[in-house]
Amino acid sequence: MVLLKKRIRYHQHEAIAGWLLALPAILGFFFFYLGPMLASLILGLTDWKVGRRPNFVGIGNFVAMFTTDPFFWQSLKVTTYYTVTSVPIGVMTAFAVALLLNLNVRGQRIFRTIFYFPTIVPAVANAVLWMWIFNTDFGLLNFILSWFGIPPQRWLFSIDLVIPSLVLMSLWGLGGSMVVFLAGLQGVPAHLYDAVAVDGGNAWDRFRAVTLPMMTPVLLFNLVLGLIGAFQAFTQVFIMTEGGPANASLFYVYSIWRTAFQFSEMGFACALAWVLFLIIAAVTALVFRSTRWWVYYEGAIT
Amino acid sequence: MSTIAPVRISDSVRSLSERARVMHRRRPSTGNILAYVVLIGASAVFLTPLVWMVRSSFMSNFQILKFPPDWIPNPILWQNYPEALKALEFTRVVANTLRLVILNSLGIFITAPMSAYAFGRLRWPGRNLFWALILSTMMLPGAVTLIPTFLGWRALGAINTYYPLWVSSWFGGHAFNIFLLRQFFLTLPRELEEAAVMDGAGRLRILWTILVPLSKPAIVTIIIFDFLYRWNELLAPIIYLYSEPKFTLAMRLASFRGMYHAQFGYLMAASTVTVLPIIALYFAAQQYFVEGIALTGIKG
Repeated sequence: MVLLKKRIRYHQHEAIAGWLLALPAILGFFFFYLGPMLASLILGLTDWKVGRRPNFVGIGNFVAMFTTDPFFWQSLKVTTYYTVTSVPIGVMTAFAVALLLNLNVRGQRIFRTIFYFPTIVPAVANAVLWMWIFNTDFGLLNFILSWFGIPPQRWLFSIDLVIPSLVLMSLWGLGGSMVVFLAGLQGVPAHLYDAVAVDGGNAWDRFRAVTLPMMTPVLLFNLVLGLIGAFQAFTQVFIMTEGGPANASLFYVYSIWRTAFQFSEMGFACALAWVLFLIIAAVTALVFRSTRWWVYYEGAIT
Repeated sequence: MSTIAPVRISDSVRSLSERARVMHRRRPSTGNILAYVVLIGASAVFLTPLVWMVRSSFMSNFQILKFPPDWIPNPILWQNYPEALKALEFTRVVANTLRLVILNSLGIFITAPMSAYAFGRLRWPGRNLFWALILSTMMLPGAVTLIPTFLGWRALGAINTYYPLWVSSWFGGHAFNIFLLRQFFLTLPRELEEAAVMDGAGRLRILWTILVPLSKPAIVTIIIFDFLYRWNELLAPIIYLYSEPKFTLAMRLASFRGMYHAQFGYLMAASTVTVLPIIALYFAAQQYFVEGIALTGIKG
């Protein structure tokens, strides 16, 4: 009896301890996520400008966004262009590099460090460095192109090249996803490769029948993180282009920042932020829905 | 979402693949030679921007604006460094940034293990619901909560103070960190705890004297990644801070860019000194960087 009582007390105690220990995180969820989300939705339904009285305008902001606002479609177009180029190219290149490194090459650690290194360069320093690399008159890139007889390009100052330039720069940071791929590759059980070898398979068979299916969860992970990150890109354009030339690099989050903190249109900026949230949620949901066609889940790799 | 777990290669598998590796090494195939050529070429491409940065940082404006450019500065000009450090007000902005790093890390160090313990090891009503809600915040774009959070801090009179830049870390230390630590706690055997419970140890004592010391690698990893995040962060500081003495290093470098836009020697010296502490940290704690990323590596 005494033991049983002790056990019941112990379980009650566990419930209280659980609540108390989780309390900071739960409060944080209300203060920093749910609260601001709801506030953002309500503000998004007003025409509030800093220093003026807000009026409730219903879905007016959203209607304006899709019909009359000069920047919404442009920022959406630019951000989508950047995302659909930088993410697939980045994920595939990172995967390719990881595959090469996984070929039991000597000096794997050194190569891994070299490819990983750029990702630890602070974003602002990175942006400043690439501005210099893209410099039209004295930059590194035009110098290298001159070896091949290609005339100097205007890169960040060219409406057509500004996004490709930012994509090129983003590729320099593929080391993060490469390391995730590499960790995944090293977790593929060797006996699966042995099975292919027994069946007389070659390198291509090993890749197609083992590596690729086993790596699809990692591909998914890098793809989703890449998409969410690319949709929210900000620092590059803030430092390098300020959305120019002619709004050709007006990234969505930069546009939100400008609307809120330069034009002081808080209500409209909240509406913009909510649309971004819905877009990211929809894209992520789509990617996850597609996983049953292409992601292979083995019980456990461990 | 797929579950993510520490990637662990069991010893038997490791020894097998190790053997396979040794077997491979005996006959370097044409494939491997090709891989080397590609890897070395790609490494050169990846290193070039850094070389370019450092080389430019030792050049005068006259040297730098030469076409075709020199790869080695001649003569080597050291002067950009003291001048850039002075113009950046390096000591002050680094002190400001470190202050934020410390305040955030402390919050994470204290509250993330608590949350990870509560969500990973204890049973209490509502646990699964709140865990799902907290996990979902990992997918939430920061831009959505940015403006109302800003307005909330403004209502509290906290604009141009550091509070908005660290207080949230004391509320569970962010979903991703709780998640990583929880994953780590789940790998620790339950018997450890049960023995302590038998001895009459309280929950907090179990957490702080048993689980936390055993989770050192995960905690160090989390702190390092938070350090990198604070060193990088630009959007939040530019929104909350407006008086120059409070600027962080990233902000200062950003505004520096505007002031000296044509003086690339200066700018590259300033960028180099911003990168250097991170490089030092990388080499001091390399294993945590790599393991930390492997920690996020996925399992089906």
